[in-house]
Amino acid sequence: MPDTRISRMFAGLKRDGRKGMVAYITAGDPSPGRTPSLVEALERGGADLIELGVPFSDPIADGPVIQRAGERALAAGTTLRGVLAIAAEIRERSQIPLLLFTYLNPVVRYGVEELARDAAAAGIDGCLLTDASVEEAREYVDVMRSHGLDTVFLAAPTSTERRLKLIAEYSTGFVYLVSRTGVTGEQESLSAAALPLIKAVRKVTDLPLAVGFGVSKKEHVAELGREAEAVVVGSAIMRLIEANAGNSSLELQLESFIRELKSGFGAGRT
Amino acid sequence: MTTSLPDAGGHFGPYGGRYVPEVLMAPLEELEQTYLEARLDPAFHAELDQLLHTYAGRPTALYYAKRLSEQLGGAKIYIKREDLLHTGAHKINNCLGQALLARRMGKKRIIAETGAGQHGVATATVCALFGLECVVYMGEEDMRRQRLNVFRMRLLGAKVVSVTNGSRTLKDAISEAMRDWVTNVGTTHYLLGSALGSHPYPLMVRDFHKVMGEEARRQIQEVEGRLPDTIFACVGGGSNAIGIFHAFLQDASVKLVGIEAGGSGMALGQHAARFSGGSPGVLQGARSYLLQDEHGQISLTHSVSAGLDYALVGPEHAWLHDNGRAEYVSIDDREALDAARRLSRTEGIIPALESAHAVAEAVKRAPEARGQVFLVNLSGRGDKDIDIYREQMGDLED
Repeated sequence: MPDTRISRMFAGLKRDGRKGMVAYITAGDPSPGRTPSLVEALERGGADLIELGVPFSDPIADGPVIQRAGERALAAGTTLRGVLAIAAEIRERSQIPLLLFTYLNPVVRYGVEELARDAAAAGIDGCLLTDASVEEAREYVDVMRSHGLDTVFLAAPTSTERRLKLIAEYSTGFVYLVSRTGVTGEQESLSAAALPLIKAVRKVTDLPLAVGFGVSKKEHVAELGREAEAVVVGSAIMRLIEANAGNSSLELQLESFIRELKSGFGAGRT
Repeated sequence: MTTSLPDAGGHFGPYGGRYVPEVLMAPLEELEQTYLEARLDPAFHAELDQLLHTYAGRPTALYYAKRLSEQLGGAKIYIKREDLLHTGAHKINNCLGQALLARRMGKKRIIAETGAGQHGVATATVCALFGLECVVYMGEEDMRRQRLNVFRMRLLGAKVVSVTNGSRTLKDAISEAMRDWVTNVGTTHYLLGSALGSHPYPLMVRDFHKVMGEEARRQIQEVEGRLPDTIFACVGGGSNAIGIFHAFLQDASVKLVGIEAGGSGMALGQHAARFSGGSPGVLQGARSYLLQDEHGQISLTHSVSAGLDYALVGPEHAWLHDNGRAEYVSIDDREALDAARRLSRTEGIIPALESAHAVAEAVKRAPEARGQVFLVNLSGRGDKDIDIYREQMGDLED
């Protein structure tokens, strides 16, 4: 199992009795040049891990907010190679764990071996492919691990026990739990599916669990933080970026939004 | 060799497979299980055969296009008349099969994507027949091109949802249907309309369409006493082509020719010729030949024919291409329109624009093929394309 900033971060949280905040951001929105300062703002607000999203032309797992973010990032000229350069720039000033979050086709085109090599060199710690099932992932997992990178897979409320075991076996760093069936996006209350899923995944792995899809309020963070090691927020961040891209206060807004969300962990502590 | 494919994971050599978000793996497994059981169930086949016969109008005729053949002065051209099926195209074969599977799974809501609208109409039709809720996703651009089919679907009780993302064509309609499925997996069956997507769709859709080739093989032997020399079929996702090809895969003497859309030019974005202009990649659940840019982003495509206007080819065709069993060529917009006019005037058959691509390739090759027998799969009729024919054939107005 690779020793990465991801596993060290989760070990640190456990030691300190804290929960983690995972922040997703589509790299390149509103421009590739802005992403490093937005990531720094998320970190100042308390993000413990950054999912660096690679924009893709046909994002079947994403709702409208992240679809639009991807369109803007592509229009701004963002490529997978460009996202690696963004990661390297972030890494010059920060040791925050970075997880590359992407659809498969840009990776196939880049070359899995080449990507693993270049991602490791850029200071990326792991990779999550939204549309690669474990059945198709053997070679990819081996290549990533040989370069010291974590491979994170998604577990869903519809996953059978057989599949959860495979997902746990193929994942290192943590397992990403999809709180509900559906695409990415914010919603009012979180599905009742999340808690049973957390229990089911616990039975098959000791890895830390991060729960996402639909998180936008500190109440969500409180609810999920009671059961999981970390909570993921994505669409709510991208909505904030969409609404304030032209505004110099965007970084401050992101920082205070993450701080506000993270205060949910305290409220949830018993 | 090739008929035993796909393997248990849905692979045709390096193509096919399952590339979907984890949420969809469970419904794909459920569908696979249901289909593999139904495949072995005589009652399932009896019911499907009965519907194909009494409702859809199978078997379809094999017609000798005598005037067309004589005009070209070479090969004898036979036409498999899928255009005569209920709803006007081969698509109904697959829709009836999948509707029976949806009933077996207890799913009461059907979603589908459509390009030209033929699959949407066939889906709306079977949903009316089985009393199922029906939602069809269609690109805004395709809705404009195929207004008549949009209305037909609504008349049949379906809800047609306009997709305004990306290129506003078939690719974007499929993405939107997949997002719906991800959200409503418990109640909904995704009635995918081509030999595309994740396992078991390419296998299942092929199986529901292979009746075309089985009939044609029998019919041509009855009239000619032998097998055809060459079979022509257009390839968007590739469902009509795989359906007509499949019964002939073992007949080494029979050439199989798939025709892609050459569109308005050979630059990326102007056509949908995946084999000449694309490379292997992954889109919407499967690995196959794909039109993409150097960064792995999916290219826009163009064809006058909405049903061929798609960036990925069905994975079994990728396999037949690589192992050399089938040959793939392209026909451009102009050639397809000319072929449509020629078939209309020599045989009194107005073809769908998609099928006109297959006719065009046969027309090209026929003069040099004296003594040979050609079989063209006429996958659909041209009623839906009348607006486009009017636009493109200005010389016929007044």
